[in-house]
Amino acid sequence: MDIPRYWRLKDQRYRLQGRKCKDCGNLSFPPRLVCQKCKSRKSVPHEFKGLGKLYTYTAIYQAPDRFDPMVPYIVGLIDLEEGVRITAQVTDVLPEDVVIGMDLEMVIRKIYADGDKGPILYGYKFRPILKKMTA
Amino acid sequence: MRKVAIVGLGQTPVREHWGSNLRDLAVTALRDAMEDAGVETLDGVTVGNMLSGALSEQEHLGALIADYAGLEGVEGMKIEAACGSGAAAIRMAVKAVASGLMDSVGVVGVEKLTEFSGKFSTASLATAADADYEITMGLSFVGINALLMRRYLHDYNYDRNDFAIFPVNAHHNAQYNPNAMFRHPITAEQYAKSKIIADPINILDSSPIADGAAALIVVAQENLSQFKGKPISILACEVGTDTVALDNREELLWLKGAERSVKKAYHVSGLSVKDIDFYEPHDAFSIMTALSMEASGFAEKGQAIKFADKVDIGLKGKLPLNVCGGLKGRGHPVGATGVYQVVEAAQQIRGEVPPELQLERNHIGMIQNIGGSGATVITTILKKIGK
Repeated sequence: MDIPRYWRLKDQRYRLQGRKCKDCGNLSFPPRLVCQKCKSRKSVPHEFKGLGKLYTYTAIYQAPDRFDPMVPYIVGLIDLEEGVRITAQVTDVLPEDVVIGMDLEMVIRKIYADGDKGPILYGYKFRPILKKMTA
Repeated sequence: MRKVAIVGLGQTPVREHWGSNLRDLAVTALRDAMEDAGVETLDGVTVGNMLSGALSEQEHLGALIADYAGLEGVEGMKIEAACGSGAAAIRMAVKAVASGLMDSVGVVGVEKLTEFSGKFSTASLATAADADYEITMGLSFVGINALLMRRYLHDYNYDRNDFAIFPVNAHHNAQYNPNAMFRHPITAEQYAKSKIIADPINILDSSPIADGAAALIVVAQENLSQFKGKPISILACEVGTDTVALDNREELLWLKGAERSVKKAYHVSGLSVKDIDFYEPHDAFSIMTALSMEASGFAEKGQAIKFADKVDIGLKGKLPLNVCGGLKGRGHPVGATGVYQVVEAAQQIRGEVPPELQLERNHIGMIQNIGGSGATVITTILKKIGK
C-alpha cells in the first residue's frame, strides 16, 4: 500500500487543489511545477469549486482487480467551470441516465479499499447536482 | 547523418507462449534476424519492452538478452515507451547508426503478457496512463480509449457499428498471416453483437493480450555490401510526444503527438501522405485507427471511417491498412508490437509475405506505433531500395 502517495495527494483528492500561474494566471490540475502555457515556474495553490459539465464518459464492465467489485462504474472527463478538464468517476447515477453535457458537482467518496485489511481510500467523484432544499 | 537500412528480419508467432520465457522468445527472433542479415555479432542491442518487470519479474533485459543471444559483452539496453516501446527501440538504433556511433544494431521487441491473469495484465497495461490522476480513478486502458470513442461518436455523429470496418479488415488479413494470433475472419454482424468491455468499446474493437518477439538489424547503407539480407531503406523513424493524461490535451480528438511525429517523418523523408502505398496504424482499439489516420493527414477530422470506406482499405484497395492483420488480428504483445509492424512492412516491400497478402503497390510503407493513448507516437517510413 502506497501510504506516502495518498498522504501526498490529499490536497488534490479532498480539496481539488491545483495551481495558478503567478505570471500568466493559467490554472492547472493536476498541479504542475512548470506552467503549461507560459513555462513559468512561479505558481500558487488554487482550489477549484468542483462544478462542471460532463465532456465524455465510459461505463467500465471489465476492470483492473482493485475496482472489480464496483463494475459497472462510470468514469468521465469533466470540464470544470474554471476551464480545466479533469478525470473522475461519475456517481449516484445509472449508466443509462448519463449524458454528455450534464451538470455535475464534486463529492468525496470511497475510491477503493486496499484488500480486506488495508486502508480505505477516499477522493473526489462527481455526481449530478442535487436540487437545493427550499425552506 | 548516414542513411540507414534494415538487413535482417525475425519474428516468433504471436501466441500465448506458455512454454517459452521472455529471453527465449527474444533470442529466437534476434538470432533469426542476425541469420537473415548474415552477421555473427553486433555493435549494440536495443530491447523494446514495457512490462517485463511487472509481469515476468525481470528487468535488465539489455544485458540478459545480449548474453543469451551469444553476444557476450555487447552493449545492450531496454527502451520503454509503453505500447510504443518497440518502435522507440528502433528509433534508438537508427540514431546510433545514422550518427556513426555504431555500424550494426539489433533491435528486438519482446513481451510476455500471459504470465498472470488477464486482470493483472490489464492493471499493468494501465501504467501507460497517469498513475495519480487517471488510473486511481478506476480507468483501464480500454476505458481511456472508450472516453475518446464516446466523444468521437458524439461530435461526428457516427453509430458505434460504423467502426466495424477496421477490425473486419484486420481479421480478414490476419487469416493469411501464419504468425497472427487470430487467423479467422469476423463479420460486421459479429462485431455488432460482441461483448462490451468499456462502453462503447466492445471486445472486437480491442487487440488481444499476447506474447511474442520480433527483431530487425539496422545498418548503414554505405556498408550494405557486408550483409546478405535483402535491404530496405528506413527513410524516417520520428517521435512526437503529447501529454500522458487525456484530460490535459489541448483537443481531445486530435493526436498532437501523431501530428508532430508524422510531420517530422514527412519532412526528413521528403515524402507526403500521397506517396504512401500502404499504412500500418496502431489499431490497439478501432478508435485509434480513426484518430491516427486523421492526425497523419490521410483523412479530414471526423472523416476517417468515411474515407476508409471510400478508398477501400482492403488488400486490393487504394490504401491497404494493417496488411498482416494489425494489432487486432496479429495480436498486441505491447513492447514487441512496434517491431512486428516494421518487420511485416519490410517483408511486404521485400515481397516475402504470403501471396494473399502481397500488394500490387508495395514500395513505400508507413508504420505508426503509439504509446499510451497518444503520448508517444513513432512514425516510420520504409522504402524499397533503388526505386
